[in-house]
Amino acid sequence: MEYYLQLVINGLVVGSIYALVALGFVVIYKATKVVNFAQGELVMVGAYACFSLTVEMQLPFLLSFLMTLGFSVVLGLAIERLVLRPMIGEPIISVVMVTIGLSSILKSLVQMFWGTQIQVYPQVLPQEPYFVMGVPVAPVYIAAFVLSALLFAIFSVFFKYSRLGVAMRATALDQCAAASMGIGIKSIFALSWCIAAVVSSVGGVILGNINGINAQLGHLGLKVFPAVILGGLDSLLGAALGGIVIGVLENVCDGAAKQLLGLGGFKEVAAFIVLVIILMVKPYGFFGTKQIERV
Amino acid sequence: MDMLRVENLEVVYNEVVLVLKGLSLTAAAGQITALLGANGAGKSTTLKAISGLLAGENGKITEGAVLLEDRPVHGLPPDKIVRSGIFQVMEGRRVFEDLTVEENLRCGAFTRPRAELVPSLERVYDYFPRLAERRKQLAGFMSGGEQQMLAIGRAMMARPKLLLLDEPSLGLAPLLVEDIFTIIKRLNANEGVTILLVEQNARAALNIASHGYIMENGRIVLEGEAQAMLQNPDVQEFYLGMSHGGEKKRYRDVKHYRRRKRWLG
Ligand SMILES: Nc1ncnc2c1ncn2[C@@H]1O[C@H](COP(=O)(O)OP(=O)(O)O)[C@@H](O)[C@H]1O
Ligand SMILES: [Mg+2]
Repeated sequence: MEYYLQLVINGLVVGSIYALVALGFVVIYKATKVVNFAQGELVMVGAYACFSLTVEMQLPFLLSFLMTLGFSVVLGLAIERLVLRPMIGEPIISVVMVTIGLSSILKSLVQMFWGTQIQVYPQVLPQEPYFVMGVPVAPVYIAAFVLSALLFAIFSVFFKYSRLGVAMRATALDQCAAASMGIGIKSIFALSWCIAAVVSSVGGVILGNINGINAQLGHLGLKVFPAVILGGLDSLLGAALGGIVIGVLENVCDGAAKQLLGLGGFKEVAAFIVLVIILMVKPYGFFGTKQIERV
Repeated sequence: MDMLRVENLEVVYNEVVLVLKGLSLTAAAGQITALLGANGAGKSTTLKAISGLLAGENGKITEGAVLLEDRPVHGLPPDKIVRSGIFQVMEGRRVFEDLTVEENLRCGAFTRPRAELVPSLERVYDYFPRLAERRKQLAGFMSGGEQQMLAIGRAMMARPKLLLLDEPSLGLAPLLVEDIFTIIKRLNANEGVTILLVEQNARAALNIASHGYIMENGRIVLEGEAQAMLQNPDVQEFYLGMSHGGEKKRYRDVKHYRRRKRWLG
């Protein structure tokens, strides 16, 4: 029993990171209708930026974390301005191909500068575990979960109450009508890439603190697809739940497969199997907008 | 004084289709000007050319000028045009269906200082008590008439000098149509906002307007004082649905009117 509880807790933590990255994905998709295949690479770049600042430049962790956030804002703006904006008005498939290209470029850049070796962050939190329902949990796990939840809360408030947040939702619903309100559509696109880069880099930094990082970190982006498809491509709440569900399910299924069947490596496929089953029942995910034919 | 002057406007869609062919009109400050014409004449295109929304539809101004209080605004992006004081209520209302009534209104105030928000909301709720009752409701669940009120309220939030209304009565029940025109008239009288009103419902539009234009096929074919237009037998026949016997003709076929008008004027 404790074994499974441990798996659930690990799943919650990993899932909260998936949820963060999924949040970034959904924000871009909602505002710009672009399916961003470089979401995982944004995680990787953020993780390496923070690594570089703390380990190679020896800055205090908190400072380098804040600088990483700033760097992500600039990265998001640059990507939108240089890569996506020239594609406005092009067929959606071309735009998607461009994001795939972007993911390769980001990955190559990281390998060029930092190689393919695994790199570890210095320990910033104490090692001494807390006990949750009798199960030992590392403080870094708790911090990861709390930080993700906090970011989600901040963005929920932002989208619900702030002027820009409401404008982003309006733009997602009807671009032309939003433009007629005097909302600068291009700024909204840029802002959505900024948000995506920031939340992803936070996810990357958390992962770096838990597992260390290497150039394969971008594969995390693949996990985001089951999460967002499960939640519904355009729902923030869906992204949160989808991420958590996928994180927990893959850990529990993997653990069960190991213990009961002696099968290893189930983790990678568990999420997709669950996804297929759920989509058969709910084709638009839990919270996705149904496509309604209007005349 | 003219609030708006449109001079010799030419608009092309998709680089090839010429839709406006040298259109000129003016809207006097503080007045309602009606722009009438059949479906496909280019009325919406004219409004979008003024508000800058053409760009989003791959349309382009290739000739001519749009002047707001003598300052050129053509070629500016739509957000700059809204900031300069022009606000368009698009055809079909276009409320944000998954936002609440109040969130929709806040979108209208996007370009305004924050301090204005609460007084602006109160002003809109004063005009439209219905919107106040439903402030927390999703706009998509409201009736067509309420959505039109919301669309106009949203425009008021931007406090424009010039309001462009594209067929506000479209698809509304007759009783509501009357309400909407009353509201437009009241808005103009109380707030002093200049209005350029595009309508298919020519009679109702001319009844509240001081000046009218009729366009056909991308050009203005007739203009005049609203009251005079209402009395004009050709206008009555072609746009007010009054039969004077005889088959249906297009205005183009009765060019003589233009000459007659010139003599009279
Ligand atoms: N986005 C567009 N692309 C190409 N042609 C358009 C577009 N919008 C309108 N048109 C054409 O321009 C003409 C005028 O349309 P519009 O301005 O909507 O007329 P109205 O509002 O008077 O009904 C029509 O022939 C229409 O087919
Ligand atoms: Mg029209």
